[in-house]
Amino acid sequence: MISFRYARANDVADAVRQIAGDPDAKFVAGGTNLIDLMKMDVERPTKVIDITRLPLKQVENTPGGGLRIGALVRNSDLAYHPQVEARYPVLASAIMAGASQQLRNMASTGGDLLQRTRCCYFYDTATPCNKRERGSGCSAIAGQNRMHAILGASDACIATHPSDMCVALALLEAKVHVSSASGDRVIAFAEFHRLPGETPERDTNLDAGEIITAVELPPKGFATNYTYLKIRDRLSYAFALVSVAVGLELDGDTINDCRFALGGVAHKPWRDPRAEAALRGRRANAATFADAADVLLRDAKGYAHNTFKIDLARRCISRALMQAARGTPQSQSSKKIA
Amino acid sequence: MAHYIGTPTSRVDGFAKVTGAAKYAAEFNVPGLVYGSVVTSTIAKGRIARIDLSAALRVEGVLDVLTHENRPTMADNDQAYKDDVAPAGSPFRPLYDGRIMFSGQPIALVVAQTSEIARFAASLVRVDYETDTHITDVHCQREAAIPLKPPGDPIEAMFTPPKTRGRPEQALAAAAVRHAGEYYVPIEHHNPMELFASTVIYDGDGKLTVYDKTQGVQNVQHYLCRVFGMKPEDVRVMSPFVGGAFGSGLRPQFQVVLAVLAARALRRSVRVVLTRPQMYVLGYRPAMIQLIELGANADGTLDAIMHDAITVTSRYEDFFRQETGWSGLLYKCANAGYKHKLARLDLATPCDMRAPSATTALFALESAMDELAVALNLDPLELRLRCYSERDQHNDLPFSSKALRECYRQGATAFGWDKRNPEARSMRDAGDLVGWGMATGVWEALQMPITVRIALSANGHAEVACATSDIGTGSYTIMAQVAADMLGLPLENISINLGDSSLPQSPVEGGSWIAASVSNGIATTADAIRDELLRLAKQMPGSPLANIASGEVTLADGKLISKGDASRSVSITDAMRHAAVDRIEQEKTYNPSNDVTRAHNTHSAIFAEVKVDEQIGVIRVTRVVSAIAAGRILNTKTASSQILGGVVWGIGMALHEETLIDHKVGRIMNANIAEYHVPVNADIHDIKVIFVDEPDDSNPLGIKGLGEIGIVGVAAAIANAVYHATGKRVRDLPITLDKLRL
Ligand SMILES: Cc1cc2nc3c(=O)[nH]c(=O)nc-3n(C[C@H](O)[C@H](O)[C@H](O)COP(=O)(O)OP(=O)(O)OC[C@H]3O[C@@H](n4cnc5c(N)ncnc54)[C@H](O)[C@@H]3O)c2cc1C
Ligand code: SF4
Repeated sequence: MISFRYARANDVADAVRQIAGDPDAKFVAGGTNLIDLMKMDVERPTKVIDITRLPLKQVENTPGGGLRIGALVRNSDLAYHPQVEARYPVLASAIMAGASQQLRNMASTGGDLLQRTRCCYFYDTATPCNKRERGSGCSAIAGQNRMHAILGASDACIATHPSDMCVALALLEAKVHVSSASGDRVIAFAEFHRLPGETPERDTNLDAGEIITAVELPPKGFATNYTYLKIRDRLSYAFALVSVAVGLELDGDTINDCRFALGGVAHKPWRDPRAEAALRGRRANAATFADAADVLLRDAKGYAHNTFKIDLARRCISRALMQAARGTPQSQSSKKIA
Repeated sequence: MAHYIGTPTSRVDGFAKVTGAAKYAAEFNVPGLVYGSVVTSTIAKGRIARIDLSAALRVEGVLDVLTHENRPTMADNDQAYKDDVAPAGSPFRPLYDGRIMFSGQPIALVVAQTSEIARFAASLVRVDYETDTHITDVHCQREAAIPLKPPGDPIEAMFTPPKTRGRPEQALAAAAVRHAGEYYVPIEHHNPMELFASTVIYDGDGKLTVYDKTQGVQNVQHYLCRVFGMKPEDVRVMSPFVGGAFGSGLRPQFQVVLAVLAARALRRSVRVVLTRPQMYVLGYRPAMIQLIELGANADGTLDAIMHDAITVTSRYEDFFRQETGWSGLLYKCANAGYKHKLARLDLATPCDMRAPSATTALFALESAMDELAVALNLDPLELRLRCYSERDQHNDLPFSSKALRECYRQGATAFGWDKRNPEARSMRDAGDLVGWGMATGVWEALQMPITVRIALSANGHAEVACATSDIGTGSYTIMAQVAADMLGLPLENISINLGDSSLPQSPVEGGSWIAASVSNGIATTADAIRDELLRLAKQMPGSPLANIASGEVTLADGKLISKGDASRSVSITDAMRHAAVDRIEQEKTYNPSNDVTRAHNTHSAIFAEVKVDEQIGVIRVTRVVSAIAAGRILNTKTASSQILGGVVWGIGMALHEETLIDHKVGRIMNANIAEYHVPVNADIHDIKVIFVDEPDDSNPLGIKGLGEIGIVGVAAAIANAVYHATGKRVRDLPITLDKLRL
């Protein structure tokens, strides 16, 4: 861990002013990811700007019927928010599937979006890692890659994005509100996280000097037929091997509308319009679900230790779609798979 | 007389622990304390070509950086570094020279005014290496593994394979039913909660008080004296509280060497606390490849057992335990043969970890027995009963006690084993496959010589002192219980002093031997106190105990009382006041009888239920019953906590634990407790612990010890339950869902 300067931001304008032009500065919110990475010498900011006092802690209805979540709303507060529980239960469920109670009490909405991969090489400065040090090589491709991506990876990086919350946000087609010294903009969730390509050091399309101020949810919440199914190596407090968020709109047993997103399989929460299209207008049954899984996984590619994830993802997609169709979403407290 | 022994007495140190009054090695403060941060190697094998300290030394607040090039003198011979429990070989010498023998090896210590400065400066130390090729994968060293040498002495014989019994090859070939299987347990780590730490207080005259996280203060003291050429009276090692160790604290670890080096170099008090990742080179449960072959008669009795093992060790020490012999001990079988080879890898030396060898060996043996039961079409419990051994067949001896049959009976009843459908995949609960599995556990009931001092004051308070440790197991509590009962005093009147090398001699706390040793040590010394009190009481005019022999009196309710006539008594206070003595002090050594006419073991029967989601393969361990035969139970509360902890760990071994090494770089990649999975609350459901009655006279108090037996066999019971649920036999741990491929 290096020595760093600590500064506090009073409002958004102050925060973006302080970070502007200082590539070695970092915001800190809950600190649950940044501080760990600093202790491991992975992140080495010379200045840490504390944004926890900014007035970004509200959850508000939007005029358009959606919900606006301040970037500093804690994971726990968000998961238990009555509006979220009632209208966007898939988001509440995804948050509750992540980390531990203590971490969720600290983790912020903005920080969750920007949490970095858990690839073990990324964390160990003694090993090459393109994401940490451009051009040094990817240790995971021929190393320990049980947790790694099966979709959308590149020869430069096969890391996954570890967030559970973001999988639900991808499903809900959230919008990310950001500000910088040069103004405000809104980024569609699908455009927020990137695939590794040749630039794995960039996780997102957030530019240097930008701050996340809010995440906005459109009105559609799939509050009736939804689920978040997370499969991991122990029953709690572990990152997903595969997770699936589902939202369905049914007419009888016909699928009117459908979305599903996967976590733990790619550098970003993974959605596939073709797989969703394969469901629309069809009967909600095992055969339909298996077809959709096949479409989504058509280009999936495994490495030495994670090939099992392809079949696991197939099974999880089918199961999660079934849970949503039956209206029996996965409970995050009972660990029996619904 | 047993007022406290056998009761669920709450921990006497519980209040100190929950209020923070209990201090651990990194919590002792003195003015002027400085802080060391360890720099570790990033390569697995080679040597340091150049080490550049300039950037680190430029940081304000840095006092010094110690390396092999500038450190103070240390001993230059292996003997000095051989601690009380060192295996054969040439022990690791921290900062001794530029050789790198494992990745994560300490290569420098940065000492600074604050721990933050030290840690920052440590990140600035630049090292160039000359790299050699390393091998860290046991599977690559399989062919090169070397057979253990025949034992040179009785101690070594405890750890080398027993001699072949009968003609195992022929018996196997002739057996009606055979089973052969290869089983694998990966490297696992202890992960105690408390980080390894040492605070070395430097007294003006160069004497050191060392607060260390250790399971043996005297072992550390002797070691430091040899390594640094210091006199015993100049080094005092203290460890009043230990936040878990599980074997990782048996040997002196490198942080204590570095802290003492720095204290001597700087003539100041120094603290070194390791980070969690740094603890992954302190030793581990060695990975083990095992081939088990069983041959049975059609009636389900065993006729042949062959157990071949390959275990992992370092390049510089040969660590091994009795990995194979458990197989020939547990079941009746006329023919048994064993082989044990060592695979030398470029890793740190493994070390003892809760029930070393039995935990790994019994996973293999008890999985194999389950497979044999399937081959024989016999209930797995029935197979164990048909193979029940009344004698230790290695030495053809009876057991001092063996209530394993009762463990099977009570465990099976509590679990409801008789309702098991023998067919795999036959039991269901909604969408889940349900499986019931069982296994046997066995461990040793050892005792060691130990010395205990008791000081009794006339107001009926007693101080009990012994250099043993309480690594969280509850030694403080059972010692107080035993002392209270032996001295006839209330528990509140007993104070326990331990974890201090200046106290009377104790072995390291390991092998489950401390409860039996220290309790009988207390009893021995309490007898001497009683005798002295009787001597004083007899001097009283008209003493009611005038003509009584020492064996005829007992201490109870603060009095010396005639066993034959309770009306004849003298209070402790009266006896001491009359003699004008306000303190009686006795120090006695308990030397356990060397009973070679009988075998001494603890046993257990474990029954486990798993529920497996058929589509996804997620396993939940919904019920475990562990029935334990471990002699007299001193404290049903702390004892059952020990067993619960063992079962939880067994669940982790079965389903979660695995140290992942990148063999290309030779580094442990999941060296933290987020990525090295142990069970969390969600993984743990119903666990029932049963202690069966097992009178034993191996020592006066009938104690066998139970720190380790709780984990033995658990992983096999779960693996067997997984088989019963799914029809899939997983022979390599942990059983992650990808291995089920349902
Ligand atoms: C042991 C462990 C287990 C975990 N398990 C899970 C899990 O199972 N599932 C899961 O989803 N997550 C898990 N997490 C991750 C956790 O969810 C994240 O650490 C957390 O969401 C990060 O939020 P934070 O507010 O603490 O971020 P910080 O650590 O404060 O910041 C993270 C990054 O975001 C930047 N940042 C923060 N806020 C803003 C903002 N408003 N605008 C711009 N930049 C910003 C910071 O500069 C930093 O780079 C786990 C974490 C740990 C330590
Ligand atoms: S997968 Fe990505 S994060 Fe992991 S080592 Fe390769 S480049 Fe680094």
